[in-house]
Amino acid sequence: MGNGTGIGRVRGLGSARHGAHHWLAQRYTAVGNLLLVLWLIFSLLTLPGLDYESVVLWIANPLVAVPMMLMIVSIFWHLRLGMQVMLEDYVHDKGLAFFSILLLNFYAFGDAAAGVFAIAKIAFTGVVE
Amino acid sequence: MARTNSRPLSPHLTIWKWGPAMAISILHRVTGNGLATVGALGLVWWLMAAAIGPEAYATFITCATSPFGYLVMIGITWAFFQHLFSGLRHFVLDMGAGYELRTNKSWSIAVVVASVLVTALVWLYIFGKAF
Repeated sequence: MGNGTGIGRVRGLGSARHGAHHWLAQRYTAVGNLLLVLWLIFSLLTLPGLDYESVVLWIANPLVAVPMMLMIVSIFWHLRLGMQVMLEDYVHDKGLAFFSILLLNFYAFGDAAAGVFAIAKIAFTGVVE
Repeated sequence: MARTNSRPLSPHLTIWKWGPAMAISILHRVTGNGLATVGALGLVWWLMAAAIGPEAYATFITCATSPFGYLVMIGITWAFFQHLFSGLRHFVLDMGAGYELRTNKSWSIAVVVASVLVTALVWLYIFGKAF
């Protein structure tokens, strides 16, 4: 790291003006989770039944499918950010840290895609005989 | 940051005892990562089973309503409310409030009590409706 010029002094110390982004996104998605997961719990408790047909017919309703998709995005975004912090704290080996963040991204994006796809399939095809 | 052994360390860093705020902080991380793995996978399994069809859904229900399944679901419920109330505490702390020792201690205890209480209420409601 140089110390002659301004850029030389800050190089390698992290990105400029992006430091708060992770922190803010963690809070935005926390509020999203707060509202959407409470909605899911309340809905599950008040549904007439949790059998296959009741659940599929309920999710197929656009007013349920859309918030459910938003919930999946909010949950997996939030857990990706949170688990990243945990890994950064405990995985000290550089190579292992890279590999664990890679796996975390595969996990978060893969599961989020599976969740959104499942909701879409239920919404578009309904009850399967 | 590289730390050389020749530099002095603050002696107080190794002298501490358990306190509610510390327990809450650790529980926040533990419950968060529990929800991120067990909770998230359970949720996606439930949605995928419903998307695949009646047989896959029946398999999910059989696992979920086994004694172990109930144990996991009750655990997830507690972890969710613990993380939720602890998260609300973090929002207050983010605003720069609630750092006074007594206030911080009482809110930390309130978080644990609230999460256990709400979990109990939710499951009493579920079992009350089922049996």
